[in-house]
Amino acid sequence: MLTQHTVRSFDRELDYLAKKIAEMGDHACSIVERSVKAIVQDDYRLADELIAEDVILDKAEREIDEKAILVIARRQPMAVDLREIIGTIRISSDLERVGDMGKNIAKRAAVIAGTRQPSSFYSSLEAFVALALRQLNEVLDAYAKHSLDRINAVRERDGTIDAMYTSLFRELLTYMVKDSHNITACTHLLFCTKNIERIGDHATNIAETAHYVITGSYPLLERPKGDHTYEVGMRKEVS
Amino acid sequence: MNPRLKIKMCGSNVKVFYAQKEILHGIHLDIPENRVTALIGPSGCGKSTFLRCLNRMNDTIEGARVTGQILLDEEDIYDPSVDVVELRSRVGMVFQKPNPFPKSIYENVAYGPRIHGLAKSRVDLDEIIEQSLLKAGLFHEVKDRLHDAGTSLSGGQQQRLCIARAIAVRPEVILMDEPCSALDPIATARIEELIDDLRRNYTITIVTHSMQQAARVSQFTAMFHMGNLVEVGTTKTIFTSPGEQRTQDYITGRFG
Amino acid sequence: MRKGDVCHTTPMRRDIGLRQRYRAEMRFRAYGITAISIGMFFLGVLLWSVFSKGYSAFWQTSLTLNIRFDAAIIDPKNIRDHDSQVLFTANYPLLVRNALAEKLGVPSDDHLALHEVSHMFSSSVRVQLRDLVLGHPQLIGGIQKVTFLASADIDSAFKKQINLAGSETRRKISNRQIEWMHRLSADGSLHRAFNTGLFTLTASNRPETSGLGVALVGSLYMMLIVLVLSLPIGVAAAVYLEEYTHKNRFTDLVEVNINNLASVPSIVFGLLGLAVFVNFFGLPRSTSIVGGLVLTLMTLPTIIIATRSALRAVPPSIRSAALGIGASKTQTVFHHVLPLAVPGIMTGTIIGLAHALGETAPLLLIGMVAFVANYPITPMDPATALPVQIYMWANEAERAFVERTSGAIIVLLVFLILMNIASIVLRRRFERRW
Repeated sequence: MLTQHTVRSFDRELDYLAKKIAEMGDHACSIVERSVKAIVQDDYRLADELIAEDVILDKAEREIDEKAILVIARRQPMAVDLREIIGTIRISSDLERVGDMGKNIAKRAAVIAGTRQPSSFYSSLEAFVALALRQLNEVLDAYAKHSLDRINAVRERDGTIDAMYTSLFRELLTYMVKDSHNITACTHLLFCTKNIERIGDHATNIAETAHYVITGSYPLLERPKGDHTYEVGMRKEVS
Repeated sequence: MNPRLKIKMCGSNVKVFYAQKEILHGIHLDIPENRVTALIGPSGCGKSTFLRCLNRMNDTIEGARVTGQILLDEEDIYDPSVDVVELRSRVGMVFQKPNPFPKSIYENVAYGPRIHGLAKSRVDLDEIIEQSLLKAGLFHEVKDRLHDAGTSLSGGQQQRLCIARAIAVRPEVILMDEPCSALDPIATARIEELIDDLRRNYTITIVTHSMQQAARVSQFTAMFHMGNLVEVGTTKTIFTSPGEQRTQDYITGRFG
Repeated sequence: MRKGDVCHTTPMRRDIGLRQRYRAEMRFRAYGITAISIGMFFLGVLLWSVFSKGYSAFWQTSLTLNIRFDAAIIDPKNIRDHDSQVLFTANYPLLVRNALAEKLGVPSDDHLALHEVSHMFSSSVRVQLRDLVLGHPQLIGGIQKVTFLASADIDSAFKKQINLAGSETRRKISNRQIEWMHRLSADGSLHRAFNTGLFTLTASNRPETSGLGVALVGSLYMMLIVLVLSLPIGVAAAVYLEEYTHKNRFTDLVEVNINNLASVPSIVFGLLGLAVFVNFFGLPRSTSIVGGLVLTLMTLPTIIIATRSALRAVPPSIRSAALGIGASKTQTVFHHVLPLAVPGIMTGTIIGLAHALGETAPLLLIGMVAFVANYPITPMDPATALPVQIYMWANEAERAFVERTSGAIIVLLVFLILMNIASIVLRRRFERRW
């Protein structure tokens, strides 16, 4: 771990930024979690609440940007400090996007209120969002503790999310094929699952940013890709 | 380091003793041609001492002793066959405090060419002076008052006059020992701009306490600490992701 | 700034001992003023005593009379055409006595009165009139207006330096002479004139005809010798010690010796000069050359020390600048360091010279305390010096020498002040800022 700066208020400013990121992360997770809950429990009131809540994350992102720029102007940070501040800006923008995803899911939850799918789908959806949010929480926690191993592990696990996304994609296609009245609701749900998959991607982005902040270099570009939805319907599938 | 770069000066196992006390503990450092190499490190780390080895200014300090080897174009500058006066005409120096001679601007610049017999005629000398002042970015400010005292100029102008004075001798290497530490930000910016221009024709080594300045003007950075060379590399690497913890701590302001 | 950002309530005033501090400062100022006042007071007393006694030395009482160059007195046998010796030995004071007696109405048979008349004027008239007659022999037989010195006693009396009220027997001037003096003064024959003789005349045992001429020339020769020898030697030694040597035991020894030399009593230099220059090298005693050499020895340490400190005061950045563009050691020293040290060197030199100018003791030992009546033509001729002349006059008994002593002191002081002013002016003029 790094020793303290000679100028201790610089340390306090960096700590403040880190704390702000953690708060944003918690809030983004909570929005996503509750938006999925709104779908599962068919609770359009909760959905409306969440749509209004997104502003908080936008504000938090703006605040982090301003604070980071102020620190750059004031301290002219170098090396790890500079990387950390730039990383903070990027991570906050990733988290803001995660918040947007949650808001989007909540909007769709309000639209499809009243429609139901088989309950097995909802439990799959809950498992899926739990996995995505665990990734996000894990990467934020690992970043806070500067644990490179855990950050790399998050990147490795992105394949699982992609695989789950592919399976949910298929399931929703099946529902649509079975009942054409279901197409509207299932399309919305399809976008919701897509959004959750994007949250996983943001977690991966954050992992990469964290890797850069800690080591000063980006991780290798190849990483496991489990998203095979673009193959669905393109060719004869091997079951 | 890029293997295509020609190494202008090369120090190997350079040790400096002041009255039996070892100040530098065996420095190995290459200084590439037509590049700016910045020497950074906390006060008393030996960066200025190393700089002063490069044109043997340490010879003037009583009780100073230098061992090891410093090559300038493959020739050891501490070899007894090398004349120190000739060496200093090839490796010029600009100091921390602007130190123009208490003479006219013209005489300040003319002094070097005159003692080295570089000008064959008065016209020739005038030409050298104009060119040197032009290269130092000072000519247009002083062309109407070349015979005013050099000390009447502002601090930044004085430092550029000192650079012009160094250039007038047509050196190959210019050493700068914290050239901007006594100047305001605008004057500093002009010197930094100048250093960037000069790099095309000269090899420059600069000692600086300002990390930002090192990051701005140099292509290579060497980090000194307690008489040791901690790390040397491209400025880009040193200032974004240095390899050594001590470098990291120093450039991010976590020392001591 | 928004309202409320600034706290307007004044904090409690603390007792930080201001009163004691100001009192201590006032006390110290008072000490300083007292010290300066005491110094100024003694300087004032010294100057006043010197000037009050000495200013009159610049004025000399003279007589202007029409003198008949009576051929019967100058050349009674009329043989001057073939024996010029007669003009040398003629009784010239008799001419003056007769003229003065005639003017005062003293009958030519009152021998006592005539004796007193002849004590009214300086016996230097003999030489003065002789030179006049030898230069212009056609004067013989004619009448010529001549200005000549009054005797020292009349001079003192006229300057009111002698108490004229007391008994006639207890003073060197009679009541009759006083009465004559007033009569002559009333018609303008007896008057005061600027005493050029003080500067041009040489040694004499009569106060009114003695002057500083030889001493001035002697001092001038010595100053020239000191300047020519000690400046180059001193500067060269200082430059070598300061710029070229490395510090080691030998240079330490040299340094200690130079500093000691500066504090050696000057009389020791006199003994040294006597032993080395006079006895060993066989140079003539009492001469400016020996005096100059001895004073050179004394001045050298001063100049070396002043030059070294002037060199040390040149900022090292100038040396670095010159060395940094490839100037050699010698070029650095002679192109940059030495020119910047010149004001300091000049100041040191002038102060050293002023010191040498006022030096007496070593000159006494090498025999410059001598009665020298002829101007020294070269430094190899016997001479005296200003301070030595003061010393000699101070030992004379006659009243008129007292004012001459003080007058000579004033001359010496004026020279010293001029030299010090010169050093200040030079320093101001050449001091450079860097």
